[in-house]
Amino acid sequence: MKKILAVDDSASMRQMVSFTLQRAGYKVTEAKDGVEALGIAKNETFDLVLSDVNMPNMDGISLIRELRTLPEYKFVPLLMLTTESGLDKKTEGKQAGATGWIVKPFNPDQLIATLGKVLR
Amino acid sequence: MTVDLSQFYQVFFDESLEGLDAMEAELLRYSAGTQDDESINTIFRAAHSIKGGSGTFGFDSIAGFTHVLETLLDQIREGQRELTNQHIDLLLQSIDCLRDMINRLSAGDDSVPDSAAQLKAAFEAILNDENELGPEPEALQAKQILEETSSLEQLADTQTLGWKVTFVPSEDILMTGNEPLFLIQELTELGDHEVELITEHIPQWQQLKPEYCYLRWVVKLYCDCTEQQINEVFEWVADECEIKIEKLQTKSEQSIPAKHPPLTSTQPQTAMQSVTQTTDSNEQIEQTKPVVNKPAKSKQADANSIRVGIDKVDSLINMVGELVITQAMLSQLFESEMTSQTLSRMKEGLAQLEHNTRDLQESVMRIRMLPISFVFSRFPRLVRDTGQKLGKKIELVLQGESTELDKTVMEKISDPLVHLVRNAIDHGLELPEQRLAAGKPETGKVTLNSYHQGGNVVIEIIDDGKGLDPVKIKNKAIANGLISASDELSEEQVNLLIFEAGFSTAEAVSDLSGRGVGMDVVKSNIQALNGTVDVESEVGKGTTFRIRLPLTLAILDGQLVRIGQHIYIIPLVNIIESLQIDPKGVSRIGGEYDVLHLRGEYVPIVCLADVFLHKADAQSLTEGLLVVVEVDGGKVGIFVDDLLAQQQVVIKSLEANYNKVEGISGATILGDGTVSLIIDIISLVRMAGVKSMATANLVSTDVNAEGV
Repeated sequence: MKKILAVDDSASMRQMVSFTLQRAGYKVTEAKDGVEALGIAKNETFDLVLSDVNMPNMDGISLIRELRTLPEYKFVPLLMLTTESGLDKKTEGKQAGATGWIVKPFNPDQLIATLGKVLR
Repeated sequence: MTVDLSQFYQVFFDESLEGLDAMEAELLRYSAGTQDDESINTIFRAAHSIKGGSGTFGFDSIAGFTHVLETLLDQIREGQRELTNQHIDLLLQSIDCLRDMINRLSAGDDSVPDSAAQLKAAFEAILNDENELGPEPEALQAKQILEETSSLEQLADTQTLGWKVTFVPSEDILMTGNEPLFLIQELTELGDHEVELITEHIPQWQQLKPEYCYLRWVVKLYCDCTEQQINEVFEWVADECEIKIEKLQTKSEQSIPAKHPPLTSTQPQTAMQSVTQTTDSNEQIEQTKPVVNKPAKSKQADANSIRVGIDKVDSLINMVGELVITQAMLSQLFESEMTSQTLSRMKEGLAQLEHNTRDLQESVMRIRMLPISFVFSRFPRLVRDTGQKLGKKIELVLQGESTELDKTVMEKISDPLVHLVRNAIDHGLELPEQRLAAGKPETGKVTLNSYHQGGNVVIEIIDDGKGLDPVKIKNKAIANGLISASDELSEEQVNLLIFEAGFSTAEAVSDLSGRGVGMDVVKSNIQALNGTVDVESEVGKGTTFRIRLPLTLAILDGQLVRIGQHIYIIPLVNIIESLQIDPKGVSRIGGEYDVLHLRGEYVPIVCLADVFLHKADAQSLTEGLLVVVEVDGGKVGIFVDDLLAQQQVVIKSLEANYNKVEGISGATILGDGTVSLIIDIISLVRMAGVKSMATANLVSTDVNAEGV
């Protein structure tokens, strides 16, 4: 079973993402911000990390930057989950090492469909 | 896969309301000038989350409304704009508006308050004001429409024979987490295809870096997918990779697909399969908007939930564990033979059980306890708005916010507190010029303080305003017939008059306080919680209202008293002392009731047996005991046959199980299984027809005037 780390400061989004992914057969661990996610990711490797951008303590882009420097996460898909469809955030994310992005709002089907690009 | 999004609505509503609270708090810090670097981020993040969530869950009215807020906040956050007072006002109003929208939605009502359109227009006006700043909402919409049209055009462009896609990944593509194979697979799922792998760019062994990708692909798609669909597949890697998309031109290229795609070969597909898959992906595009389900009605909205710290739950589980062990030990003892040894061990076990039960009770109580900041947190906004309306400058100080209080008590104390704070601002604090003239700082101060004292929670509302004016109060009270002109009252007693029904000293009834809900309602609300309120005031210096509340409504410390065979419970909080009556100090007044002269005070005596029509053992005052209780700032003695134990009793509602009974606030079940009634002191005294007397000077002359 593929393991996904879902990071979002909004509990409703986190629950929605997590529920959707679990229904699709993934094992999901939740984190509420970058700091918590990084702590979890260091103890356990995941097949994919799905992170919100705007979060307290550590934002999604910093999290991705940190994760990408870890040897275990060199090739792991790191996706940003964001409403900021503006080009600057995407570019910033890519420079930090993000694999791709999913633009909010999205529905559960779109989420699962998009994961197919990087996780099979 | 269908996921019912409505199951997340309640969480979304809860967290949105929390977010709005946080936004409000930070905005108020701005208007007080105490913001820090994180403030704007917190505000932005809250708006951002609400927008994201509402979009996801299909609450378009909220999403649209929050969009303009977010745009403005983002510009402020990026330093393109200053946060002005106008912005703060608008944002605060928007918070109210959003709360309203959320509450309506959670009640299953998707209507939008009238203020929403106005506020949105106001924000748009700000955003449009400086055109160079950020894209205008209209422009954004226009752009979206443009995009939609162009995609429509592309969708219409379905007559192509197919596409030839050349994919040259960047060499370090793997390091971004992207996997070319998956992308090719994704692409081939669009329809019939032919894949060619180009391996000629693989370097010599010596130069080959194992983590790099040197492969290239050419994919021919024989399907009516659009160029956009192909672009979407490569969306994430388009910047680093070379992707060439060409229309298949010649008939020869549209040959029958190769039997199997080389190398990727994972899924040799039949035409049938690919057709279904194409339909699937089309459906996905059409479904970009989440289905708007009406929120599940009413039930969720009423869900009265409580958030409990995990430590509290843990300690509860721990406690239950202990209980189970004790229970197991006891039942084991019962199975064994009875000896004096087992008996003493059983005694130990019972003591242990008692200990466990008490701990368990405390733990359960702790779950209902919430910090008073839940109530306090609404005051910064209230104080700001009220101050603004009245043209007063106010500093609000909150102290003891972590003091915990039972949730039910908290809910019921909120309105009285609001009233008291409004009063303090409206009637207590002076206008800035008056303050300066009185040699006080221009800014008035209102302090909310809370702390535990014994088994009670004390909440203080302190202002440094002009204080209560005893002369004015007295005159007013005489005019209203509450007292007579000849009454000599201490300043304290005069101040207490403001709690009498139908009393209002505000010269002009303002919009804020004095709207008919008087201090008497505040007082009766507090008394309904078994609490008390008193006031201290000094002319020119300020006023302090002090509310005392029991920690919880579920349990009470009681004094068991006996009249004949009946056992009643008097709440321990009410009791000042219990004593044997010295007959020499008793005098009969008006031929109707006795008062006891006790250390300079006259204490009316209420005989419990008479009130409840019981037959008492004590035939004279010397045979029983007097329990002196505090009522409305005065003292009353309750005459009983005997005092029994003091113990904590669990309050059962009499109203819910039987009927409301005058003089009784509830019932409990004693250790031996009998039901015992809990006395409601205030209503008991009212029944007895006795008015308490606070001081001695009232008694001899004015007792009759007091309306006994």
